[in-house]
Amino acid sequence: MIVTEEQIRDEVLDAIKQHRVMLFMKGVPEAPRCGFSMQVVQILDAVGTEYAAMDILPDPRIRQVLSAESGWPTIPQLFVNGELVGGCDIVTELYEDGKLKELVAA
Amino acid sequence: MPSTGEIAALIEEALPGSKVQVEDMGGGDHLYAHVVAPQFEGLSLIQQHTMVNGAVEHLLGPGRPIHALKIKTEVSS
Repeated sequence: MIVTEEQIRDEVLDAIKQHRVMLFMKGVPEAPRCGFSMQVVQILDAVGTEYAAMDILPDPRIRQVLSAESGWPTIPQLFVNGELVGGCDIVTELYEDGKLKELVAA
Repeated sequence: MPSTGEIAALIEEALPGSKVQVEDMGGGDHLYAHVVAPQFEGLSLIQQHTMVNGAVEHLLGPGRPIHALKIKTEVSS
């Protein structure tokens, strides 16, 4: 089956809309394929929030449509309530300041 | 390859009144920027980082002089 870019965009936007805490990463939470993605997974686990994750590696177009929508060039990208929170640096800073927990709880 | 001082000057130009320190984290292409600016007041971290990235966007990314820019922002008081 041929998947069009439009279908990928719909899937990405649906994921952001449907999951309150949504992580786009390289690999899956059980097996991250990049240190930055792994760090965000570990932080989300430490905070104890439920979240959904999408692996961007299977198709390069996932990352292209995601970055086009979010305006953020790198992976991982964490969304809460439909809004981009940030990548690894920002998520780490919010976690260390104790602000991530209230953000994902809100 | 732009120097750390040149990178800092670009960010300061984009954010008038800011204080910027840029350090080389290795190899001259992995940089760390500490930016204290009045413009950050009331903005989310993602908005603050986007402003800093925007100042050096033309130098950032694959095939460009800066491979990675780690950013730490503070609102100046």
